[in-house]
Amino acid sequence: MKIKFPPVIVLFLLSLVNIEIFGGIFHAGPNYQLKNLESALKIISPYDTVIIHQGKYFSNNIIVNKPVVIIGLGRAVLDGLGKNQIMFIKSDDVIIENMTFINSGISFIDDNAAIKLDSVSNCKVINNFFEDNFFAIYLARTSNSTVSGNIIKAKNKKESYSGNGIHLWYSKNVEISDNRITGHRDGIYLEFVRSSNITNNLSWKNLRYGLHFMFSDSCSYSGNVFQNNGAGVAVMFTRRVEMFNNKFENNWGGAAYGVLLKEIFDSNIYNNYFYKNSNGLYMEGCNRINIKNNDFVENGWAIRLMANSMDNNFTANNFSGNSFDVSTNNIKNFNTFSGNYWSEYNGYDLNKDGIGDIPFRPVSLFSLITEQNRSSLVLLRSMFVELLNTAEKIFPVLTPETLIDNSPNIKKINHD
Amino acid sequence: MNLLFKISSYQLRDVIRSKWIFFYTILLMIISYSLISLTKEPAKILITMLNINLIIVPLISLIFGTIFLYNNKNNIIFLLSQPIKRNVLFLGLYIGLILPIILGFLLGVGIPILFYVKIFSNYAETIFLLLTTGIVLTIIFGGVAFYISISNEDRMKGLGISIIVWLFLSIFYDGLLLIIFQTFADYPLEKISAFLIMFNPIDLTRILVVINFDVSALMGYTGTVFKNFFGGNLGVLISALMLMFWSILPLYLGLRKFKAKDF
Amino acid sequence: MIKVTNLNKSFGSLEVLKKIDLEFVPGQITYIVGPNGSGKSTLIKIILGLVKSDSGDVWVGDYMLNGDCHYRDKIGYMPQSASFPENLTVTEVFKMLKDLRNNKDNLDESLIKELNLDKELNKRLGNLSGGTKQKVSAAITFLFNPSILILDEPTAGLDPVSSSILKDKIKKEKENGRTIILTSHILSELEELADNVVFILEGSIKFSGKINHLIEKTSSLNLERAMAALMNGQLI
Repeated sequence: MKIKFPPVIVLFLLSLVNIEIFGGIFHAGPNYQLKNLESALKIISPYDTVIIHQGKYFSNNIIVNKPVVIIGLGRAVLDGLGKNQIMFIKSDDVIIENMTFINSGISFIDDNAAIKLDSVSNCKVINNFFEDNFFAIYLARTSNSTVSGNIIKAKNKKESYSGNGIHLWYSKNVEISDNRITGHRDGIYLEFVRSSNITNNLSWKNLRYGLHFMFSDSCSYSGNVFQNNGAGVAVMFTRRVEMFNNKFENNWGGAAYGVLLKEIFDSNIYNNYFYKNSNGLYMEGCNRINIKNNDFVENGWAIRLMANSMDNNFTANNFSGNSFDVSTNNIKNFNTFSGNYWSEYNGYDLNKDGIGDIPFRPVSLFSLITEQNRSSLVLLRSMFVELLNTAEKIFPVLTPETLIDNSPNIKKINHD
Repeated sequence: MNLLFKISSYQLRDVIRSKWIFFYTILLMIISYSLISLTKEPAKILITMLNINLIIVPLISLIFGTIFLYNNKNNIIFLLSQPIKRNVLFLGLYIGLILPIILGFLLGVGIPILFYVKIFSNYAETIFLLLTTGIVLTIIFGGVAFYISISNEDRMKGLGISIIVWLFLSIFYDGLLLIIFQTFADYPLEKISAFLIMFNPIDLTRILVVINFDVSALMGYTGTVFKNFFGGNLGVLISALMLMFWSILPLYLGLRKFKAKDF
Repeated sequence: MIKVTNLNKSFGSLEVLKKIDLEFVPGQITYIVGPNGSGKSTLIKIILGLVKSDSGDVWVGDYMLNGDCHYRDKIGYMPQSASFPENLTVTEVFKMLKDLRNNKDNLDESLIKELNLDKELNKRLGNLSGGTKQKVSAAITFLFNPSILILDEPTAGLDPVSSSILKDKIKKEKENGRTIILTSHILSELEELADNVVFILEGSIKFSGKINHLIEKTSSLNLERAMAALMNGQLI
């Protein structure tokens, strides 16, 4: 957790450091000569600091085209009045801190954002508040920048009236950390991003995905919490994804996923917690992914492993209280399961080595049936279904023969 | 009313001392206890208990109820020669039978849970659901048993019908549903399946359980008709009314037969 | 007094009772006799309200049976083989009946002592022998001082001592002006106790009247032969 200094202390500290680097300090506000940010930006030199005092400022497409530190003091609100963008950063080395941005304009043509950064580097967007914007923070062709500690809220009900909370496009080496995002279309969206880290964010109740990224290789996601998003988290067409210590919770719906992986290669997913999602982890066309030390608890489907997924390893995960542990739409299986804990496992361990003496088949016949025919879900936990499953377990005919955990753990594995 | 209370209290005293109530309680205790001591995972224990509930409670209520009336035939005839109204006697017998079964159930399931109450601290609502479904199923299938044995003089026939009813409602009915779902897979079946489930009290209680436990899976059911329906106020109301209907209908039909019957 | 007029009952196509007219008078013992399946127990069950007649009226005292149950207050019924809740004690069964009849005073508990039931009071019914159950049943029958007694083969299953105690009790209640209906296959008992005999065969009354009258009418030597003659279909 980062320590957040009140702006007053920040100002005090800033006044102590070398003025050569930061330049002069300008004040803007209702009681100052400079009434607003725009007029301040006209007169400052690069690397100066502008302090915006408490107040509401109607702002329309403020262009920031020189390096500057902009700090809000009290509740300094830039109100876009629902038109256009609020702030457009076109210069490197810009820092925006403790400002409040509201009402960037909804548009079906432009991606109007509260703050848009385009073709810049070394920028920081820190500890700001965003309310009811179309897009909140939009980074295009941006590198070596930080988006951290922002609180981003919106309350549109329809996807088409809502943009993304944090949107990255063609960017690299970006840190996105400690943000709280809710009510947007996608909480965090990445497209064509390289080598970025997404850490310790909370993304909840967004209309579509809590996190959505495509074509973004070599990024890592850790310590994030994704809750109650319309469709969970979607990760597509990407290599070398590292996902660890995240929580994916309560993503409910026919097309809601803790994590949806589509054409993901050579990645690691470990120490994550999947709780009460309709689909915990959905994999389609994924190769060489290590899924290790995760907890799948009380999901509808813990894992849905679709055809064309191969060479994935599921090791030392805990599966407990899921309606279905693993389901698949294919009779063939090219993935391995070993050393997982399955609460459905009813075997025994005579030699007391902690590993069950008979293998476990996580795919039940009923899960195959529901994969083809969703209506039959209403028969869940009926005695008839239990009989079908038992019969199939004894004489496997329809379930994939190689989808089997030969060394199931008897006890829950401790991942702490 | 007073007389009803008296009859049921004496019948209750009789039934509660019988061996089979004792065995029923012990059986449930052993099952619950071994489940708890084996896994120590509250969610898994409770869902397994609920499943066992759905199987055992209807079966036991049906068999106990049917046999009870056959075994007590002479006693009933004697009581009928006393100045007692038939409907009062019938309801007295019914209450006197199901209360001990319910009590046996509550003790058999409740004591092991109380014993390990700490691990269930977050599951009060589910335990409430577990106990309620047990009680409701006893009430329903006690009534069904009374109807069956009043309608059949031959005790073997009555017992046979009871077991067939149980097999039908707990297994075959769901098999038929699956066939329907597979046959009409291309049509939207949510409403029809909700409707069909209403007509089987075991399925209806099962769905109420599943809503509580497998909500994540049911939410994966496109349309979320089930969650919205059975989880919403209207659905809960309709389900409760249906369960009440199933509690009353067989009992009422049995009572009608009992009143007209020549002993 | 019990009066039965034009009573008919059939089970399906089987006519069990045909046009029965009968009167049972207070202070007299009437035996209903007939072979098995003749309809005598159906007749008793109709009087008790256990079986509903197809047509005809039954009067118990000045009350005509119509489905109401209160008239059974006046009746003490001793079934052929008594059965009570198995797991209740004898005391509890007595208490239950007192509760159900809501009658706790004006009780006749003499038979409990005379039949030596005091020792069995705390035993469960399920643990009693058939004979002892029968004694309990007899004690219950007389417990509420009923003005009408209906006893179905009361002495069957009783030991000779208890049997004679019961017979004495019946005689005594006759002196008290009760209306008493009995069935029995034991002719000696019938000869000893009966004022009247009703003989039913295949649902119809073949004879109704005094015993000596019956012997006279059939020109038989004794009751046994008179009965045999009736069963062979001799019309009177």
